[in-house]
Amino acid sequence: MMPLDLGAKASCHIGGNVSTSAGGLRLLRYGSLHGSILGLEAVLANGEIVNCMSAMRKDNTGYDLKQLFIGAEGTLGIVTQVAVLCPRRPQAVHVAFLACRSFGEVLKVLHQAKGMLGEILSAFEVMDQAAMNVVTKNLHLKNPLGDSNYYLIVETSGSNAEHDGAKLDKFLQDLMDKGMVHNGTVAQDINQRKEIWALRERVAEGMLHEGFNYKYDVSLPTQNFYDLVADMQKHLGQDLPCVGYGHVGDGNLHLNIASPQYDKRVLDRIEPYIYEWVANHGGSISAEHGLGLKKRNYIHYSKTPSAVKLMKQMKQLMDPKGILNPYKVLPD
Amino acid sequence: MGADRAVHVEVPEKDYASLQPIHVSKILAKLAQQEEASLVLVGKQAIDDDCNQTAQMTAAYLDWPQGTFASKIEKTNGDLHVTREIDGGLETIKLKLPAVLSSDLRLNEPRYATLPNIMKAKKKKLDKKTPQDFGVEIKPHMEILKCEEPPTRQAGIVVESAADLVAKLRELGTIP
Repeated sequence: MMPLDLGAKASCHIGGNVSTSAGGLRLLRYGSLHGSILGLEAVLANGEIVNCMSAMRKDNTGYDLKQLFIGAEGTLGIVTQVAVLCPRRPQAVHVAFLACRSFGEVLKVLHQAKGMLGEILSAFEVMDQAAMNVVTKNLHLKNPLGDSNYYLIVETSGSNAEHDGAKLDKFLQDLMDKGMVHNGTVAQDINQRKEIWALRERVAEGMLHEGFNYKYDVSLPTQNFYDLVADMQKHLGQDLPCVGYGHVGDGNLHLNIASPQYDKRVLDRIEPYIYEWVANHGGSISAEHGLGLKKRNYIHYSKTPSAVKLMKQMKQLMDPKGILNPYKVLPD
Repeated sequence: MGADRAVHVEVPEKDYASLQPIHVSKILAKLAQQEEASLVLVGKQAIDDDCNQTAQMTAAYLDWPQGTFASKIEKTNGDLHVTREIDGGLETIKLKLPAVLSSDLRLNEPRYATLPNIMKAKKKKLDKKTPQDFGVEIKPHMEILKCEEPPTRQAGIVVESAADLVAKLRELGTIP
């Protein structure tokens, strides 16, 4: 199977996934495309074809050019062929849905999961009560657990259902004994697995019903993961609800704010506050969504001037006439 | 969904291919008698063999009344009122207990088991038995002659223009 799974799965193209170095729900287990793309072919701005196709796991012959194209958002070349390292489809998948009262508990559960489930852990996602309200209210999905503050999806994928089940049982018993979760359930069949995943995967869709969305995708040190949401809420005040959810397993927060219509005054209150906050904590202002048009001028919050200078030199070398996706990725 | 005790009748892998509703219903009937059950509840139709026979046969072996394709069950004064999903709509029948019922999709919405209950269930008693314990021999009554997948879909033909499409359709005899 493909090594990635993301919200746009029904409509995205593989070339696009590569050019944007798409992340998604299972990066925690299968790694990023920088690791799973073994080879690619790209067409340069001058029409020249650079063939770096290979199906070898290891190839240390010269500079690893394919890494340039992965995540470059089409600004250095267009990806036309890829060789993808595909993991085996798991024989056994388990999904647990847990409720925690505090984010401190969420972090403890993550720590336990890494220790007790480690090699079989395939996803670890969080959503706050605001996110849960969005999907239950706007999409009429059902919350299998009562109200809480944070919900976790812990998924395991492995080669042996019995072994994985035993590991999961021990893990869940531990969580209950130590009071790290106050409620939870385990999906009994594929339908319940799909229903639980829908709660998390459809948050973005549910948010569309709230009005105009200001969407942010940032990387933060795990211990500060939710601090940004709390601080942003304080900063904006109660009439602009903040919704926090995402790949807490790899430190990638999705923070969404909605206002009835687009309002520049709201945007100005959010930016650059959010970028400064992220930079002060050593995070990334765009974990997986890239810079594109809207974030290119904020690149300096996450990349040093020396790095940006070299990027501009590469762009000049590979696309001197600036015809490949102009006005994107690199700042003015 | 909620049980205190379980019995697992193990059928060896090699016998599974010959296992049919007639064997299952003999076992269930014996179990029901041993356990002195007053209600046997099964699914109406399994997705592997699509037989829709187990409930009916079990009731026959026990000589109990049956309420199949139940979408609603109500207990009133020792009788059961069972609403059945049938071709024409809904049929409600009255049964005396003990009885055999088979469930329709609409009977209920499966609940999520909560963590404490899941953990408790792991520690509950599970008795292991074999078909022989019930005097049942898994002897095939049928011989499977053939089992094949539907024919693979043939690739279509891409044509360049509407005129080509019409010509091709004429060629295939689909249009005059």
